[in-house]
This record gives sequence, C-alpha cells and structure tokens, in this order.
Amino acid sequence: MAIFEYAPAPESTDVVDIKPSYGLFINGEFVDGSGPTFKTINPATEVPLAEIATATSDDVDRAVQAARKAFGVWSALPGAERAKYLFRIARIIQERARELAVLESLDNGKPIRESRDVDLPLVAAHFFYYAGWADKLEYAGFGTKALGVAGQVIPWNFPLLMLAWKIAPALACGNTVVLKPAETTPLTALWFADICRQADLPPGVVNIVTGAGDTGAAVVAHPDVNKVAFTGSTEVGRIIARTVAGTDKKLTLELGGKAANIVFEDAAIDQAVEGIVNGIFFNQGHVCCAGSRLLVQESIQDELLDSLKRRLGTLRVGDPLDKNTDVGAINSADQLAKIRELSEIGESEGALRWSPACELPERGFWFPPTIFTGVAQSHTIARDEIFGPVLSVLTFRTPAEAVEKANNTPYGLSAGIWTEKGSRILWMADKLRAGVVWANTFNKFDPASPFGGYKESGYGREGGLLGLEAYLDV
Amino acid sequence: MSRLSVRKTYKLYIGGAFPRSESGRSYPVTSPKGEFLANASQASRKDARDAVVAARKAFPGWSGATPYNRGQILYRVAEMLEGRRAQFAEESAPVRQGGKRAALEAVDATVDRLVWYAGWSDKIAAVRGAANPVAGPYFNLSSPEPTGVVAIVAPADPLLGLVSVVAPVIVTGNTCVVVASEPSPLASITLAEVLATSDLPGGVVNVLTGRQAELAPWLASHMDVNGLDLTGVADADLALRCEQAAAENLKRVLRPAQEDWTADPGIGRMTRFLETKTVWHPVGI
Amino acid sequence: MEEEALVGDAVMVSTLTTSLADVAASGATLRAFLHGLPGVDRVGADQRAAMLGTRSIKTTAKAKAIDLAISMVDLTTLEGADTAGKVRAMCIKALRPGSDAPKVAAVCVYPDLVAVAAEAVRGSGVKVASVATAFPSGRSSLEVKVSDTALAVAAGADEIDMVIDRGAFLSGDYMKIFEEIVAVKAACGAAHLKVILETGELSTYDNVRRASWLAMLAGADFIKTSTGKVSPAATLPVTLIMLEAVRDFRDATGRQVGVKPAGGIRTTKDAIKNLVLVNETAGDDWLTPEWFRLGASSLLNDLLMQRQKLATGRYAGPDYFTLD
Repeated sequence: MAIFEYAPAPESTDVVDIKPSYGLFINGEFVDGSGPTFKTINPATEVPLAEIATATSDDVDRAVQAARKAFGVWSALPGAERAKYLFRIARIIQERARELAVLESLDNGKPIRESRDVDLPLVAAHFFYYAGWADKLEYAGFGTKALGVAGQVIPWNFPLLMLAWKIAPALACGNTVVLKPAETTPLTALWFADICRQADLPPGVVNIVTGAGDTGAAVVAHPDVNKVAFTGSTEVGRIIARTVAGTDKKLTLELGGKAANIVFEDAAIDQAVEGIVNGIFFNQGHVCCAGSRLLVQESIQDELLDSLKRRLGTLRVGDPLDKNTDVGAINSADQLAKIRELSEIGESEGALRWSPACELPERGFWFPPTIFTGVAQSHTIARDEIFGPVLSVLTFRTPAEAVEKANNTPYGLSAGIWTEKGSRILWMADKLRAGVVWANTFNKFDPASPFGGYKESGYGREGGLLGLEAYLDV
Repeated sequence: MSRLSVRKTYKLYIGGAFPRSESGRSYPVTSPKGEFLANASQASRKDARDAVVAARKAFPGWSGATPYNRGQILYRVAEMLEGRRAQFAEESAPVRQGGKRAALEAVDATVDRLVWYAGWSDKIAAVRGAANPVAGPYFNLSSPEPTGVVAIVAPADPLLGLVSVVAPVIVTGNTCVVVASEPSPLASITLAEVLATSDLPGGVVNVLTGRQAELAPWLASHMDVNGLDLTGVADADLALRCEQAAAENLKRVLRPAQEDWTADPGIGRMTRFLETKTVWHPVGI
Repeated sequence: MEEEALVGDAVMVSTLTTSLADVAASGATLRAFLHGLPGVDRVGADQRAAMLGTRSIKTTAKAKAIDLAISMVDLTTLEGADTAGKVRAMCIKALRPGSDAPKVAAVCVYPDLVAVAAEAVRGSGVKVASVATAFPSGRSSLEVKVSDTALAVAAGADEIDMVIDRGAFLSGDYMKIFEEIVAVKAACGAAHLKVILETGELSTYDNVRRASWLAMLAGADFIKTSTGKVSPAATLPVTLIMLEAVRDFRDATGRQVGVKPAGGIRTTKDAIKNLVLVNETAGDDWLTPEWFRLGASSLLNDLLMQRQKLATGRYAGPDYFTLD
C-alpha cells in the first residue's frame, strides 16, 4: 500500500439526463430514423446508454434536402449574422461544458480530465474562432462563395471536437451541413442538435444523421452534396476518394498516422518523457496524430526507457469519470480486439512487450499502457496504425537516420522532435514529411493552427485561415 | 539548289537525358490538315515508371533548393525560350489555328507565363503561410511545402498550355512527369531541350510523349506519385478511372477542366500541389 | 575510484563521461558537469506541474494528506521584529497545533533565537532549524557565514538553512558556491544542512536544476527553494524540478537528499499539490518529514481548519484557531 493513495474522485453524472432513445435531427426537428435502432454503450462498463436511430439513404436524402433548402437562407445571411449564431453556439457550449464533458466521457470512455480540460475548451474555442471569420471572408483570399451542402463524417475518438472542426468552418463560410457522428459515440452530436435549437439556428442549417458505415456512405454519395469532409481511417478515406471521383464534390480527408516522436540525446529528458506519454497515452492512444513510434537516439536509449517506464508506473488507468484517471477505456470491443491483435503480432514478430503493473476493471474494454522495445521498421507494429495505448520504440544514430526512419511510412500526419539545439530542430522540421511537427511538445491543438496530413494521412487542412479553403468555392 | 534539311529525332526526356522509348515504338505526328510532321516516341508504362523514379530522385534536391534559386532557374527557362522564339513558333504553327502570327503570340505568352511563375517561388510561402496566434506559450508557424512527385496530363495547347501546367507544379519544389499532348507533342520535346540547357536539374521535369489512355492510368495508380493533374484528359471515363486509381494512395488530384490559357492563372495550380506544414515550439526561458 | 568518490558511488551520470568523483576537481569540470545536465523546457515543466495540480484529493486521501502536511511543516518566523516571546509562542503551537493534530516537523528561526526555540521544544522531537550564512542575501564573507552557522549550531540548532551566493551562481562561479557549501557543511557538524537556492533569483529552470545538483554534489542534506523574502518563491514547477533532481541524484549516487519548498505555500490546496508532486515524481521514499518539508507560517492554520471541516462536516472559522 502506497503512503498516499488517492481516494476515488468521481465526477457526478447528475448533470446529464440521457433519454432512452434518440432520433435523427433533420430540419430542426428530432425525427424517427427508418433503419433499425442500435444501442450506444458506455465502454467503461458496457452498460447501454441509449437507443439510437439509423438513418437510411432515404433519411439522408431528407436531411440533404433540408440542408439544401436552408442553404439559400443561410448563405444569403450577412456574414455578421452568421457570426453571431456561431458566437451563440460557442457560448452555449461553454455554459454546458460540464454536462458535455461528462457525456463525452460516458459515451467515449475518455478520462473526464481530458474531456473537461482538453476537448470541451477546444470545442468552444473552435466555434469562437470561426465565428469571427464569418464576416471577414473577403480578407482570407478564398473568395466568399459558399459551396452548398457539406456532408461530414466524423470519428469516435474526439466526437464533439471533430464535430466542431467540421461544422464551425462550414457554417462560417455559409454552407449548411449533414453530419454523421460515429456509431459508437453519437450522443454529444445529438446534444449539439439541442444546442443549435437553443441558439435558434435556422432549421436545416445543421442536420445530424446517426448510423453506421452505410449511413456515412449515403451522405458521401448523395448527388446533392457539394462538399465531403471526412475524418477517420485511411482505409475508409480511400473508399470515399473513389466515391467522389468524377464528381464536382470538393473533398478533404483527415486520416490515419504513424507519427515518429524523435528524441535526441541532448533533449530536456523529463519533458521529453512527458511528451512521449502525452503523445501515445493521451486519449488511450485513440489519436490519429499519436506519437506511436518513439525514435530514440541510441546513446540515451537505456536512460530514457528507464525514465519512461518509471513514469508509466504512475499512470492511473480506470474509471473515466474519476477526476484522477489518466487513461480511460478503449472505445469499443472492436477496437480492443484490433489493439490486442496487433499487440500479439508485435510479440509474435519478436518485439519485447512491457506494461506497468495496473489493475484493469473487469467489465468494459480495457488495455494497459504498453511499450514494445526492440522494434524495427519492418515490424508490423512499426508500420500499422494501432490506434491504442501502444508505443513502439525504435532507435537511431544520426539526425539523418532519424529523418529517414520517420519518413519511411505511407502516412504523414505528425511528428515530434526533442532536442535543445535550435538549428537541429529547424533542420529536422524541414525534412520531416508531416503536416504537423511538434518540437519539444506534442499533441497540441488550437483552432488558429492548421491541422492535416501529407501522403496517405489525407489532404486539406482544418483550423486556421487555411481551414476556410475547404468550405469556399475558391 | 535547295538544301535538304536535317530533321530532329523527337525522343523522350527522362532524368535530364533524351532516351528513346524502351519499347522502341513511335507514332506519326501530323498537322490538323494531315501533313506528316515527325515521328514521336510512344512511351510505354516502363518509360513512365522510369520517369517517376527520375522525378523522385530529383525531388530532395529541387525541393531543398532555395526558392530564390528555383525562381532564377525558371526565369532562365524563360530566357532560353525567348531566344528560341522563332523555332517554337515555326514548330507549333502547323498544329494550331491562326498560323504563324498566333503561334508567335502563344510563345510570347508562354515566356511571360514562365516569368510570372518564376517570381512566385519566394512569395507563395508568404501568401500561403501564416504565423498562427495560438492560445498558449507557443511559436506556431505554417508554411507550404511541395507535395512531391506530380504526374501531369498536359492539355492540348502544345506550348502555352503545357508550360501553364508544368510551371506552377515545379516552381514550388515539386518534380513532375508530364504526358504531353497526344496529337501535338513536338513542342514538349523542344521545350525539354530548353529545360536541359537552363540549369534545371535533370529529373525535375520528365516528358513522355505517347498515348494518354495508355500512360495516364499507370501514373494515376503509381504508389510513388503524390499528385495527379488531369487537366488534359478529355475522355471523362479515362479521367474517372484515373481519379479512382489515384485514391489508392490518396493522391492530390486536379480534375480535368477546360481552361482559357490566356487568362490570369491565379494561384490555384500551385496550391493544389502544396502541403501545409505547421511547426509548434514552446516559448519559454 | 571508490575511495576517491566525493559522494556515494562513482557512477556514470547522464551523458557525461566523467564520474561524479571528478566533477568538482576544478571550476571547469564542475561547470562542464552542470552544463551537461539535461535542459528543462519551461513550458513542458509548467504544464506537468499544472496537470498534477488538477489531481482531486478527497475524503480519506485528503485527511491523510492534511496530517502528513502538518507533520512536514517547518513552522517559520523570520522577521526583524522577532523576539523571544514571539518564538516561544510559535514553538508552543508547533508542539500542539490543535486537538489531536500531529506535531510539525521543525521550527525555523534566526540564529540569535535558536537557544530560545531549542529550550521551548526540548525533548518533543520537533527540530530546531536556523537560517544562517548571512540570510537572506548571503552577501558576506565565507568567514562570517561559517561563524553564523557555528553560532546557530552551538545554540542547539538541529538543522541549518543556508543560502547560496546567487551572484556567484549567475556569474558562473560555481566553485565558490561549492566550496562555501562544503565549508558550511563542515561547520554544521551533526546538524542537517538545507541549502536554499533562492530559485526566484535564478531566473531559469535550467539554473534550478544546475543549482540543485551543485548543492547536492557539495553535500547538502536538503535542497530548499527559497528564503521567503523573494518573489516568486516556491512555485510548483520549481519544486517539481528539484524533486526530479533528488530522484536522479539518488539514482546516480545512492544518496537521498530531501526537498523543502518554502515561501508562498499558504493553503491546504497548495500543500496537497506539493504532496501530489512528491508522490508522482520522487515517490514514497520522500513522503515523510525526514525527506520533505514545507516551509511556512500561515499554512498551518489553514491545514487545521480544513482538518476540522473534514472531522465535523462544517466549514471552520478563523476565530477558532490560535494566531500563534
């Protein structure tokens, strides 16, 4: 028994009132879906939270029609008026931040500390940021003409934040949207529908259609959708790119990654260790830009790994609603199976697996923070995106070798550099083929900062001035 | 007595060299009236493959060159083109409407277009980049970077159209493989001669002449090609197949379009094949 | 090498090629060693400390933390207006902070009042700490600093809180500080030596790390953040960096050194944040009054009020707690 044990500090769920079932949000109303309903569950307990409607292609068509109808009104509004709606939404999100944070942790399994301190502040900030653009588009350099109806499909790792990344710029530019949240995390999107109503947003400007892959495919393939935005796996991204081929639809894709987090021998070691931990264990590693490959200079490999392992011993894995939890639940049984499978492949291919001692709850989907050492570029776990709390450790000898290894992947979303030498940072940053390079930090996000990948990590940028380009008829 | 002229053999341009197609094939190029002009090399998929290898090999050096240097080289291309103005006009006159006068105007417009793009080399980053005011103690800078190897299916306009699609791709640091206009490929090889004598490193521009329908799909599906410009593809079905094939490695695709090559080109052709890299660094003592 | 070792085992540290035994061979080697320590990224350190500051310590954990914190307090008075009466009153409070609360770790006074304090706490287990070495500025000769120390030790001090010469540190004369610490340590005899870095004047976290190692290499039993006379005093990131330093120093040498944040710790929340830092940085071995202290004065009453709130379920009022 440790000297100083933290007593359970659970966040109260009283602030969230979940109804037994939810329909689709089309034209400002909640309506029944035509497809079979499905349950969304709490991945930490496997307890069902609510019954969710499935939108069929007919339902999607109704949503697109509503969005098309609303487009005329919405795009004709003066930018300043659109801005005020978005500011309202940003404020309501701040007002309801605690409720939304609890809901997000319930539905997603992420620690309340992260939904409270990272997701929700960024969600509100994103709406606030793009609200300000709505009446300043003529200064951005992409014209002021909206595209029309945006079909948006988002993932389960940051449900409400990804919604914000999609909806805020779309609306600011004068588009209307049909958004499909992920099958396993639909709740905060449905709460957002309610926020749109509280904000008096004109009906049809935002439509939320729930369902699985078929619903998403219907959104993407709908002939009256002018713009498709997708965040998710590279595999699905490919299918979407094929689907929109030959059409006039504008497409942006934010896909997978296998980021190298590169630590040089002269790094600020304690902060580098924090950066590695934050890079791969933040949000259970369910992060497309996660620093899943640690490239450590051979000269400090042992020292760094000792520090890293000691640090992992302090990670608190468990109840996502406990305010002291660092690593929560894996989002779904499917994802857990995938993480397990890849980890087993890692072991069978000869990499050395290590996890700190940690007790995992019996119910729910859990995977301990895991490190693989002795990993080579040719190992499956160094190439495939695991999307879980699993770090592959590789070594390098020279900066050039680090760059070569970091770039030796079809992905190109992010990278990390840890060194106290300024000119080396800039040299490395220049050579790394990745859309976001974090130097002496990792996994930082901001609405003013463009985010997106090179190569098979997708195309287009979300955030910042460049984020407007995706939603304007340039 | 009139002298019998020495004709030029039109070959491919790959990696700075002028090889014949490895397939040994050629095809006759004729004027719209049907007069024989020359035999052009008919590149094969293997030539396309070699061209991609050459383009990839040239990418680090070209993208790593200073923008000022790239700008100077593009300007040098314009200078060389200006010097061979008459030759280009003569060569393209038979394949375009309006005769020699229009051909000369097109050459002049091409030179001017090159000069215009040359100047962009060290300015596009200022237009597309940004210092992002993030809410925290971080320096945060976004800057454009070239996408990589871009495959271009050039439009029918043999010179101005060709340069209008190649210049925006390479000025930012990309390297490219161009499939020249199928009916009018000769100017592309003469242009290659200009490029070869303009300090442009070998492999930055690679020119293939031949059948669009044969070459484009191989380039579209090539996993070491990062971008695909389908501007010159007139066949909608071919364009669709190419775009679908390009999805396999998420190539950035510029869809086919009818363009007025005399109009202000804007920056869209450059930005289509630019990535944005955002670098964060803490600010602290 | 063993017998030459200055401190503990001569082992390889970090990226250095020299052993710790050779570190203080000259000003140049000392400088090379200190500048070879890994840097500290300020933003990253601030964020780590802030994140640990969000730990939610409730119910049983909070009760335990409060008693632990009380037992770690160095109850301090360092005023020009201090008198024997003031010191005696503080000592009485130190021995019996309130109802069944634990005793504090030590009382901390100026050298001329050590005898008063020693008399007041005799036999209680509460230690007498004395600041010394021309506290708080340290601007005097080594001779004066050593006699200041000797005065306090002779009067019964169990612990000496010395200050380093920040001027020497900032001008790069690390050897001067090293030698002063060695000399003061010698003057301490059996008394424990706490070395005050005055981190608020060192300006950078890199300097905090270097000064921590410098003090430990020279023989400090404790490293202490601040005099309390300079702002900022004990900030969480500074304490974090010092905890990392003692952790790494023990890994390298086998010798454990204590940490004392002092100055600016006024509330129970501040104290608990410090304990969380210890818990998740240096670990259990430092979670005792022997290895971690909180230099404070007004903190004690806040701890007592929070303690009563936990016991009674009611919020407490200051009228129910003695001033000193």
